[in-house]
Amino acid sequence: MKRILIILQKEFIQIFRNKTILPIIFVLPIVQLLILANAATQEMKSIRLAIVDSDHSPESRSLINAFSHSKFYTHIPVEGGVNVSIEQIDFGKADAVILIPKGFGEYLIEGTPVNVQLMLNAINITSAALTHSYTSGIIQNFASSIGMETINVTSSKPSIRHWYNPELNYKLYMVPGILVVLVTIVGMFLTAINIVREKELGTIEQVNVTPIKPYQFIVGKLVPFWIIALIELSFGLIIAKIVFNLTIVGSIPLLFGFAALYLIVALGLGLILSTSASNQQQVMFMVFFFMIVFLMLSGLFTPTESMPQWAVLFNKINPLYYFMKVNRMLILKGSEFSNLWDSFVAISIIALLTIFVAIKRYHKSV
Amino acid sequence: MPAIQITNLSKAYGEVKALSDINLSVNGGELFGLIGPDGAGKTTLIRIITTLLLPDSGCATVLGLDTRHDYKKLRGLIGYMPAVFSLYSDLNVEENLNFFAGVFGTSVRENYDLIKGIYHMLEPFKHRPAGKLSGGMKQKLALSCALIHRPKVLILDEPTTGVDAVSRMELWDLLHEIKDKGITTFVSTAYMDEAKQCDRVALIQKGKIFGVNSPNGFAQMFPYKLFAVYSSNIWLHLESIRQMVVCETAYMFGNKLHFATNSFDLRAENLRESLLSMGIDAQVDEIEAGIEDYFIYQLSEKSRS
Repeated sequence: MKRILIILQKEFIQIFRNKTILPIIFVLPIVQLLILANAATQEMKSIRLAIVDSDHSPESRSLINAFSHSKFYTHIPVEGGVNVSIEQIDFGKADAVILIPKGFGEYLIEGTPVNVQLMLNAINITSAALTHSYTSGIIQNFASSIGMETINVTSSKPSIRHWYNPELNYKLYMVPGILVVLVTIVGMFLTAINIVREKELGTIEQVNVTPIKPYQFIVGKLVPFWIIALIELSFGLIIAKIVFNLTIVGSIPLLFGFAALYLIVALGLGLILSTSASNQQQVMFMVFFFMIVFLMLSGLFTPTESMPQWAVLFNKINPLYYFMKVNRMLILKGSEFSNLWDSFVAISIIALLTIFVAIKRYHKSV
Repeated sequence: MPAIQITNLSKAYGEVKALSDINLSVNGGELFGLIGPDGAGKTTLIRIITTLLLPDSGCATVLGLDTRHDYKKLRGLIGYMPAVFSLYSDLNVEENLNFFAGVFGTSVRENYDLIKGIYHMLEPFKHRPAGKLSGGMKQKLALSCALIHRPKVLILDEPTTGVDAVSRMELWDLLHEIKDKGITTFVSTAYMDEAKQCDRVALIQKGKIFGVNSPNGFAQMFPYKLFAVYSSNIWLHLESIRQMVVCETAYMFGNKLHFATNSFDLRAENLRESLLSMGIDAQVDEIEAGIEDYFIYQLSEKSRS
């Protein structure tokens, strides 16, 4: 036990003396949360919309007004025909074009169905889909308002309410995910690099001729980064609270309990990778490779339910998937342990397996 | 019981035989040198003795403990200083010492008397990171760290490589002090002139040991009569001297030429005259062979056979 304390003391001296890693540990969460949560947003703002009005009737003007009053659109007035408006898309000046046909107003007054053409720049499929749904929504609203005035028919629309994130605030959805990424980077990268560094410098040779036992060395190496990663998580949560006003609905002890288990896996993976690498470059690439795969399948950006069968199966052993899920359920939804116990069991099993393999591999590599 | 006993030891890296069938015995309390050129297998042998590497066949025991099976016990009894500096360069002198004392379950204060001589020289730099020390100081720190747990056997892998002449002398003085405290010391080196610092020496070449003896013992095994020939630019005449009938072998030795002959009645004056007749005006002295002469003789014998 005393020997582990001596190793821990040495590790902490080295970490706090490191002029690169220490600042990164604290700058990383701030930058990542601010940039990613803002940049990786799927909300549409300021859609550049060109409207070609071939009708010039009061009705067509009131449809145009419906768009120019919306905060989501920047209205680009266009004179000329269809070709001119398509050029707007080609040159990247507009994201969408609406064509109001001649006789639009008259048809509406008669009550005859009338078509309005919507053209979208679909290079970014996600934003095109969103623009489509926003725009159709506004046209529908406009149509029903006209209908109410003239034909006096009440239309009933299904009303939608979004639970847990009522304003569909994409940032709130992203922040717990980014916290997962942060904690993983700190845990996995720092552990792996730290151990490989000892190999690179040859210090591990000097350590190996001492009576230090492998488990003592491993504990001494993992505990500092385990603690740092948990501090990193708290730090990230505080920033999320200050900047995004993110409130943790669920139990904080439960959140940290899961993080503690998850980190055993992340650090263990870092250790396993470090045993198969002989320099920092190699281990960086390996960690990066595994992290990207785990991350893409974890549901950070896309829902895991709609992934193919193999991905769903893979996620059963993907530690990031569990942490991502539990983190969101706890932070946004406030789930109880009774809803999360299966994830707790899964991550515990993965943690045990990882540590087992890590110690085995370490024995072999020494 | 010898301090280190090596029996029929072999080790290969793939096709390359690093050590083949080595036998060696080091007595307790002696300062033992393992001397051979780079790539002879010195580091491999040392890594096996220090429990860092397993032999393919044969066995090595240190203090009667097998390096394969009793490595846990052994690691507490051996002090090891690797060829490359392998202390924590971001920890300072004091922290390195405290760390290694700590992992061996002892403290600097407890064994201070053992490292006092070395630590005295390090003291002014005790708050400097180990990575920022000079080469000689790094060696002294590494030696202190290897000694801090009062080992019974101290093993040093090429401690004088890449160190200036003064630091080399200082290091050998320290090794003598350590030996005088009763610690068996095993040193490898590629410098033959360091052989005379040791009580006994093993010569190693291409993974084989071809002689264990005291430095003087080796010198006496030199089979020829030896002369030293001094002259400016004597190396220009090396080839023509080798053609002489009485010349068994001749080679450059520093700035002079060593001339070995089988004619034991040859006198220095005779040789001087013969050289003069060849147009070489040189000073010739009869000298005692040293261990280096024996080593060169052995190497040339090997390459001839």
